[in-house]
Amino acid sequence: MDTTMKKLPPKPIEWKKRILHWAIAIITVFLIIWSCTGIDFGGIKETAGQIAGAIFTGIFNPDWSYIYNGTGEDLVSQLWETVCIAFLGTFISAIISLPFAFWAAHTKHKKWYLSRLGKIVLAVIRSFPEIVLALMFIKAVGPGSAAGVLALGFHSVGMLAKLFSEAIENLDDGPNEAVTAAGGSKMNIIMFSILPNLMPALISNTLYRFDVSIRSASILGLVGAGGIGYPLIIALQYRQWNRVGIILLGIIVMVIVIDAISGWIRKKLV
Amino acid sequence: MNSTDPEKLMTLPKKKFKFWNLIWVIIFIGGLFISTGVTKTSLGAFFSNFGQFADIFLQMLHPNWAYLGAVIPLLLETIKMAVLGTVIGSVLAFIYALLIARNIVKNKTVTGILRVIMNIIRTIPDLLLGAIFVAIVGIGPVAGILALAICTFGIVVKLFYEAIETIDPGPIEALTAVGANKLQIIVFAVLPQVITYFISYCLYAFEINVRASTVLGYIGAGGIGLYLQQTLQVFDYAKTGTIIIVIILVVVLIDYISSKSREALMN
Repeated sequence: MDTTMKKLPPKPIEWKKRILHWAIAIITVFLIIWSCTGIDFGGIKETAGQIAGAIFTGIFNPDWSYIYNGTGEDLVSQLWETVCIAFLGTFISAIISLPFAFWAAHTKHKKWYLSRLGKIVLAVIRSFPEIVLALMFIKAVGPGSAAGVLALGFHSVGMLAKLFSEAIENLDDGPNEAVTAAGGSKMNIIMFSILPNLMPALISNTLYRFDVSIRSASILGLVGAGGIGYPLIIALQYRQWNRVGIILLGIIVMVIVIDAISGWIRKKLV
Repeated sequence: MNSTDPEKLMTLPKKKFKFWNLIWVIIFIGGLFISTGVTKTSLGAFFSNFGQFADIFLQMLHPNWAYLGAVIPLLLETIKMAVLGTVIGSVLAFIYALLIARNIVKNKTVTGILRVIMNIIRTIPDLLLGAIFVAIVGIGPVAGILALAICTFGIVVKLFYEAIETIDPGPIEALTAVGANKLQIIVFAVLPQVITYFISYCLYAFEINVRASTVLGYIGAGGIGLYLQQTLQVFDYAKTGTIIIVIILVVVLIDYISSKSREALMN
């Protein structure tokens, strides 16, 4: 019996690929080492563990009198305000996004540079910091949740219009041609072919953006644009750690509930 | 009337009335009214004060280029924060995702509890994490890095564990059959199938981190946001404009590079 092991042939070596991979790996390692230079890691406060502990105790021993007391300054009213900011902001941005989406969708233009330009405009809107936008609106309409609504409404256009334009690009030409063949006008094409085909994607993308907006709306309060962020930053400044804990818990519950509801609606749609 | 009635042919067929659609529309319109009331938003106030808004915007469009020299060092710090946050977060996510993938860890209670923890971590927005870490560890880039690391963790761990769960079970069974231990199964059966996905998700998280890190400084968590806050506080919008233009350029550039390399990776 032949007991010698059969050896597998060595793997073929692709030098070009191997050199490329090593180059990328070395560059990445250098990037990480470079990132570690010049950052002062020693500045951590000694009380760090204590504070983190206090916030955690706040989560598990909530201050019940703060959750709801009917004054409008309590946790539930602030969370409700946050949800309203997100809702209205998403609605405004959905309306503004539609024309932008048709502008950025390349299937709607004969000239390629028009849609490219639209995409660049959307990228710039996306990259414009939301907080700065909120501060600009605070200058215009005063501090409060109205500024938050407007900031969210304009900022979300960058992402929502991009998703919409992708939905438009994915549309099938067939139904349009069918309507035209049956003697339909341009208006009929929009009414009976484009809108019904586009609607599920529009609603589902808007719902997705609503999930994101809820998170953004809870941030905007940090600069005074309404919502739950404001009491949070006040509690952090006054070192009321258990209040920080209960606000965090409130945000977590709110986000989970909203995600569940919008996920349920999206499932019903599709 | 019969079906060949020309009157009937001229009109469009009636759509079937859907009861639930009416309910949704009512809920939706009610929501609009309620939220307008709660937030006290009025477009009238916005348009009457539009001059002020436009004025700030125009001042930002005349950037102060002399300020660029001061901006660059903090910009580099911002990118460093994003890199470190991504690295720390994705290393944690790598280990955690292996622990919650049901085709690697068979114990449903363990994966279930770990998944609930993951979902809770994912809900907290980046800037709030930043604000909390500033309170915990003090003002500086360390707070920002920790906030970014947790955000990265939330993004990568979800995508990565879903990728792990969709792999081909064949190689795992083959390795189990020849008596390999858990570590060998992970290294030789699981990782070769998912490692490109993992790198792609890390790059995706890096894009998001670059975006997030630019404003973290606003609340004292390090990076270019610090100057954003300083210039906005003294109403020096020309300088704010410079910072914003730099931020947009860097973000768009990094987005472009990262999405191109992700495409190259997937092919």
